[in-house]
Amino acid sequence: MAFESLTDKLQNVFKNLRGKGRLTEADVKAALKEVKMALLEADVNFKVVKQFVKAVEERAVGADVMNGLNPGQMVIKIVNEEMVSLMGSETTEIQFQPGKSITVIMMCGLQGAGKTTTAAKIAGKLKQKGKKSLLVACDVYRPAAIKQLQVNGEKQDVEVFSMGDQISPVDIAKAAFAHAEKNGHNVVILDTAGRLHIDEDMMKELAQIKDAVTVHQTLLVVDAMTGQDAVNVAKEFDEKVGLDGVVLSKMDGDSRGGAALSIKAVTGKPILYIGMGEKLSELEQFYPDRMASRILGMGDVLSLIDKAQANLDIDEDKSKEMASRMKKGAFDFDDYLESMKQMKKMGGLSSILGMMPGMGAKMGDIESMVDDKKLARMEAIVLSMTPAERKNPKLLNPSRKNRIARGCGQDISQVNRFVKQFEQSQKMMKQMPGMMGGKKGRGMFGGMGGGKFPF
Amino acid sequence: MENEKKSFFGRLKEGLSKTRDNIVNGIDSVFNGASEIDADFYEELEENLIMGDIGVNATDSIIERLKAAVKEKHVKEPSACRQLLIDGIREQMQVGETAYDFEQKQSVILVIGVNGVGKTTSVGKLAGKLKDQGRKVILAAADTFRAAAGEQLTEWANRAGVEIIGGAEGSDPASVIYDAVNAAKARKADVLLCDTAGRLHNKKNLMDELKKMNRIIEQEFPNAHRENLIVLDGTTGQNALQQAREFGEVTNLTGIILTKMDGTAKGGIAVAIQSELHVPVKYIGVGEQIEDLQKFDPDQFVNALFDIEDGTEENI
Ligand SMILES: Nc1nc2c(ncn2[C@@H]2O[C@H](COP(=O)(O)OP(=O)(O)O)[C@@H](O)[C@H]2O)c(=O)[nH]1
Ligand SMILES: [Mg+2]
Repeated sequence: MAFESLTDKLQNVFKNLRGKGRLTEADVKAALKEVKMALLEADVNFKVVKQFVKAVEERAVGADVMNGLNPGQMVIKIVNEEMVSLMGSETTEIQFQPGKSITVIMMCGLQGAGKTTTAAKIAGKLKQKGKKSLLVACDVYRPAAIKQLQVNGEKQDVEVFSMGDQISPVDIAKAAFAHAEKNGHNVVILDTAGRLHIDEDMMKELAQIKDAVTVHQTLLVVDAMTGQDAVNVAKEFDEKVGLDGVVLSKMDGDSRGGAALSIKAVTGKPILYIGMGEKLSELEQFYPDRMASRILGMGDVLSLIDKAQANLDIDEDKSKEMASRMKKGAFDFDDYLESMKQMKKMGGLSSILGMMPGMGAKMGDIESMVDDKKLARMEAIVLSMTPAERKNPKLLNPSRKNRIARGCGQDISQVNRFVKQFEQSQKMMKQMPGMMGGKKGRGMFGGMGGGKFPF
Repeated sequence: MENEKKSFFGRLKEGLSKTRDNIVNGIDSVFNGASEIDADFYEELEENLIMGDIGVNATDSIIERLKAAVKEKHVKEPSACRQLLIDGIREQMQVGETAYDFEQKQSVILVIGVNGVGKTTSVGKLAGKLKDQGRKVILAAADTFRAAAGEQLTEWANRAGVEIIGGAEGSDPASVIYDAVNAAKARKADVLLCDTAGRLHNKKNLMDELKKMNRIIEQEFPNAHRENLIVLDGTTGQNALQQAREFGEVTNLTGIILTKMDGTAKGGIAVAIQSELHVPVKYIGVGEQIEDLQKFDPDQFVNALFDIEDGTEENI
């Protein structure tokens, strides 16, 4: 819901802007104002949003508007790219020590973040990769925390090392490492108690564990629903303990997960995994691009951008040519067929319209006007024309129209209506050079966001 | 390419630490720093509210109301604006006179929320509090899903010195509730406190399970005073509003326990929830010990929200 209104807002911002070759400062500012709101709604930290938006603005002003996009979508494209690159352009994995050396992983985070569950999930994942893990119960504070790890370890068929709740976590970690060496484990996963980032003693404890045993991967587990405070938490853990990676838990919820961006921005550490459920198998790889579109809450626009990119890369020349023909009013039935073909590649008209900002509410009207079935009927009419008729619409006299109607099995009135609409559209195109032919030749869909569809 | 990306990131990070250093925390810096009530002033105010997790919408409406009050009362000084804002939010966050009636009545309290927010801990703390008031308390361990959840609550029952009714891991939580309700009736308990498994509000089957537990209490103990308390983690952002909305669809929410308020998060989303759903915060959790549960105090909350040092002595 939140994002329907965002796409709608963007749509309103840009309803008067079409056919521009470059993003102006005003375009960018207007779009980024809405982007800023969306990011705040997604819980990205206010200061991170401010800096991020500023950095994007610098890059976006003056950028060329890509074929097939309107200025608003172009800004979103840049925002998305920057978000993906900020969150780590590709997925990262846990680094293991070479050969038979033991890799020590330490889980840390606030209370209730999901450390114990995540530790067991990671152990299970590593087991599939042929690693022999040892889960270590270093949470000696929370009632039944040890038991919870033991039960989970059993479910995963991974050994759990514990010494009760009367021994210090530092000593437990040391003993666990010795145990692992003796018993041929190649991974040691330390489950630590949840703690507040401002609890000096407890933060020191983690640093002491790291002094006592060599920890190769310190992973911060963060609840995906975390709000503005995520930056403080991540920063403190990184400064006081030192982080190597992040796991985002509870991603099976419906939070937008803006904390991911905040944390990445303040620590620079990669996000490795996301928790997708309570079951111990539900741990997945982190994909920066998916996360970006989730935070932005504009998956619809993003997939439109993708499709536009994929198609217009191939068809750029054709669309350029078509656009220039449109401008001259020389658009004929062959061009019509070609544009239909393009549209089909993009997933059909209703799918395209559905992705257009601002179309949500008006979908009903537009669909009844130009639904895909109707388009197929129009296409059939064109296919019943001779090549000469397609090239030169003026040839169509009543007897030719009658022949066409018979050829496509439709009523003569339908053929008449279609030809009339076509002529009107031709006129419209001539009157709207801005819409159809920016200097880069923006093709059929350039600036179409306003809902003015020639057919 | 690589360099360009790095410098983008570098710039971002640099900017962040700068802003962090430059901005003196707290709303008083806004009020004291501004010389007049202008757009900049409101923008800084807005920033403060959003940083407290109040959210864009609730922040907008707070600022709008403040602007109206400033106009109506012909306020000219930023510092005079301060009290208006504080009073407004404090007013809104009042708990209501009947909020703690359950302390005196025979009641069933269902404690619900998403995973890891502090339900079990809060149940334990609340049991301790009620026990101290001389009430006879029984705990129902209806989290039969999470590993060792029963053991965790048993430890709390021991700490509070109250009875507990449980079920095996994997058993039907509704049947635990059924047993506990009947035990509470038979043993003439004053308060039955039900701990439940964490569940994300967007999982229909788990919400249905909760509905069933709620129905069993209604059917088996129609005369009991009912409380349905949602536990919200104070560090949670905008999603907490959605949680309150969805849990409110399944049970009639009577209050919020806002936990982990001993950290640096402000719990501002509770303001948004109060204004949209009219569910009051009744308790805040301020630590992991049994005494770390306090009745909600709007003054303290607002002071903490704005990092105001003076005011009440009590430290949150
Ligand atoms: N610092 C702090 N930690 C808390 C508070 N309430 C609960 N916790 C911790 O949060 C973690 C999760 O609590 P738990 O009661 O198991 O959550 P549940 O899954 O909702 O039952 C535990 O480590 C608790 O000790 C609080 O008010 N402050
Ligand atoms: Mg629990």
